[in-house]
Amino acid sequence: MSITIEQRRQHRLMTIEKSLAKRHRKENGFRRMGLAAVITGMALVAILFISILMRGVPAFWQATMYMDVYFDPEIIQLEPKPERASGESLFEFEERFLQWETQAGQVNWQSLIDNALEEALGVEVEGPQLRDLRALVTSGERYALRDRFVEDPSLLGQTVELKMLASANVDVWIKGNIDRDLPDARQQLSAQTRAWADQLDASGVIRNAFSTSLFLNTDSRSSLASAGLAGAFMGSLFMMIIVIALSVPLGVSSAIYLEEFAPKNRLTDLIEININNLAAVPSIVFGLLGASIFIGYLRLPISAPLVGGLVLTLMTLPTIIIATRASLRSIPPSIRQAALGIGASRVQTVFHHVLPLALPGILTGSILGVAQALGETAPLLLIGMNAFVASVPATPLDQSTALPVQIYLWQGNELRNFFEARTSAAIIVLLGLMLSLNALAIWLRKKFETRW
Amino acid sequence: MKKHTLSVAVVAGLAVGVSSAAMARDTIQIAGSSTVLPFAGIVAEEFGNTYSQFNTPVVGSGGSSGGLRQFCQGVGENTIDIANASRSIRSGEVESCAENGVNEILEIQFGYDGIVFASRLDRGEFALTPEHVFKAAAAQLPQNGELVDNPYTRWSEIDSNLPDQEIVLVIPASNHGTREVFEEKVVHPGCDTVAEVEGDACNNLRGDGRIVEIAGDYTETLARLDAQEDAVGVFGLSFYDQNRDRLQVATVDGVTPSLETIGSGEYPVSRPLFFYVKGEHIDVIPGLAEYTEFFLNEMTSGYGSPLEDAGLIPMDENERSQALEQFESRTVVSVD
Repeated sequence: MSITIEQRRQHRLMTIEKSLAKRHRKENGFRRMGLAAVITGMALVAILFISILMRGVPAFWQATMYMDVYFDPEIIQLEPKPERASGESLFEFEERFLQWETQAGQVNWQSLIDNALEEALGVEVEGPQLRDLRALVTSGERYALRDRFVEDPSLLGQTVELKMLASANVDVWIKGNIDRDLPDARQQLSAQTRAWADQLDASGVIRNAFSTSLFLNTDSRSSLASAGLAGAFMGSLFMMIIVIALSVPLGVSSAIYLEEFAPKNRLTDLIEININNLAAVPSIVFGLLGASIFIGYLRLPISAPLVGGLVLTLMTLPTIIIATRASLRSIPPSIRQAALGIGASRVQTVFHHVLPLALPGILTGSILGVAQALGETAPLLLIGMNAFVASVPATPLDQSTALPVQIYLWQGNELRNFFEARTSAAIIVLLGLMLSLNALAIWLRKKFETRW
Repeated sequence: MKKHTLSVAVVAGLAVGVSSAAMARDTIQIAGSSTVLPFAGIVAEEFGNTYSQFNTPVVGSGGSSGGLRQFCQGVGENTIDIANASRSIRSGEVESCAENGVNEILEIQFGYDGIVFASRLDRGEFALTPEHVFKAAAAQLPQNGELVDNPYTRWSEIDSNLPDQEIVLVIPASNHGTREVFEEKVVHPGCDTVAEVEGDACNNLRGDGRIVEIAGDYTETLARLDAQEDAVGVFGLSFYDQNRDRLQVATVDGVTPSLETIGSGEYPVSRPLFFYVKGEHIDVIPGLAEYTEFFLNEMTSGYGSPLEDAGLIPMDENERSQALEQFESRTVVSVD
């Protein structure tokens, strides 16, 4: 019994066919798994973004009252705003001006708002009901009135239409973020205030206007509706300037030295290992370091963006060094050899030929490092940047918070109904900044990209 | 080379800027209790708005213990000026302050706060007594004359009038002053009803996951109640007040906590709130004395004030003038 060639061929074909089907199955299986992984990832990101957007976007619009405010001369009994007399020293004038400002502060601005509200509602309010009336407008508006008048005293006796923020709880009520059917005892606002709010809403006095206060104001605790991100934004800006000014030159120059000039020996190996390890150190450790060295030992001020910037610089340095070294290493040696071959010195080789080619990689690495620093929260909590700061920092030495810390603080605010949305809005702002930084990185890479 | 000189110049410039600024901080720096923080934040802001010559003080958190630890780190521009606390300073803290040169600790009491037990709106209503809470929280309880590990798993097992719910109690961790008040005003009186457990053993709470300690703020406690629906959380009255639409409050000894019942002392679980001013910093940091006096002003923290609206229980006229007098005479805290 002998096997013909034909039979052998048949047999071989069958084996191949069988294994081929198996191999195809495997390939398809892997492809499907990969696709499923990508889809799961995208779905999770989508859920995250959608939930943040759904909650946060409405907070960019806020219940705002458009009311005619009469600057009543009977309430505002003030001397005219002091002018600097000729021959008067600046100091004397400032003294006099401060006195006038203090007097202006003692004017009962709240009653101007009360009158405007009474006018808009068509009621006369007295006694305990005044409290219900005052619950309509956020308390910071009386200082806004004062500042407006101090700026422009000619308003006296005039009626001006002004935008005033409704109080946080009115915003919550109008937007339906609190269950309207809850009994009185569970509502934040009294029945009277709620009725008035609805009346003003119906008559168009309360409108849902774009919230400029979110961007122009600092954080607030006494006037929750006007809490904004301006202070935190400036704090973050100062920190990022410090991080860029310190970590990019330091990181890039040390990477160039290590990669192009330093001899390869045990010491540089040790340094390299240390830099890699440093990049893996949890950020909170840098916060502890900053608290003990910059604040405890160097006696720098607490809560200052300067200290925050220094701490974040330490954190960003290894990232930038590693990214820069990687992009220097990706430049083909032929470029260096060619430059050296026609007589360039090593410094010339690096700065004229290697560095320009490595620039896109360096820029991308630096920007991503800075973006990471922008979103960092943990180390800042340890150097006191999680404090409540109600003023915009003018210098990096003034107390301040940062954007991610502001998010953390708002999510901890007691008035959940209002701040849940506010927190998401702040997250959107931070994400927007991050995305634009990343877009900048991509654009720079594309712009400087060279092919050889 | 050029680059080098530039960066040296930048660093030198920074250093000069720093040293001159570090010498003259002109903003009051506050840290401490997260219960006091909302009140102090309001006062700070109003203070900044009222006095145009002073900066708005900066208010940090960290819990009463955290704040006092920072407070006691020493005297100087890089240490805080005021520590907020929801309990009075301990003698150990006064000593550690003294070791670091902080000798003039001025204690200012500015009002009261209630501690309430609250649960989710859609769960059963609680009418608690200290005894219930102790029996739910204790590590060991007597059974047939012997101390055994706490056998209770449901509230209804402790008292049939309580809801038939899993026992989960969310309490503040020991960095919070609220914890001390919780132990003093609830756990210890509850412990007294159980003769077999005495002294330090009263403070031993069960470790089987039914007691959840929260080191963060009350929003974290609230989040716990979302995750564990049966849980009962410990909150400040002001926090409960701002979240009345989600929480229901438990009565203690039959009294519902409110501004009135706490102010009159009828509701048993309340505590005075304090802040501590570093005497050494008065006249160095501008506005420190003015801030303190502004805080104690009737308009700021009295009846009908913004702090009352925020949930503070104001002191009466006597206590207020006494507190102010104590501050004006610069009476320092002494260890007894």
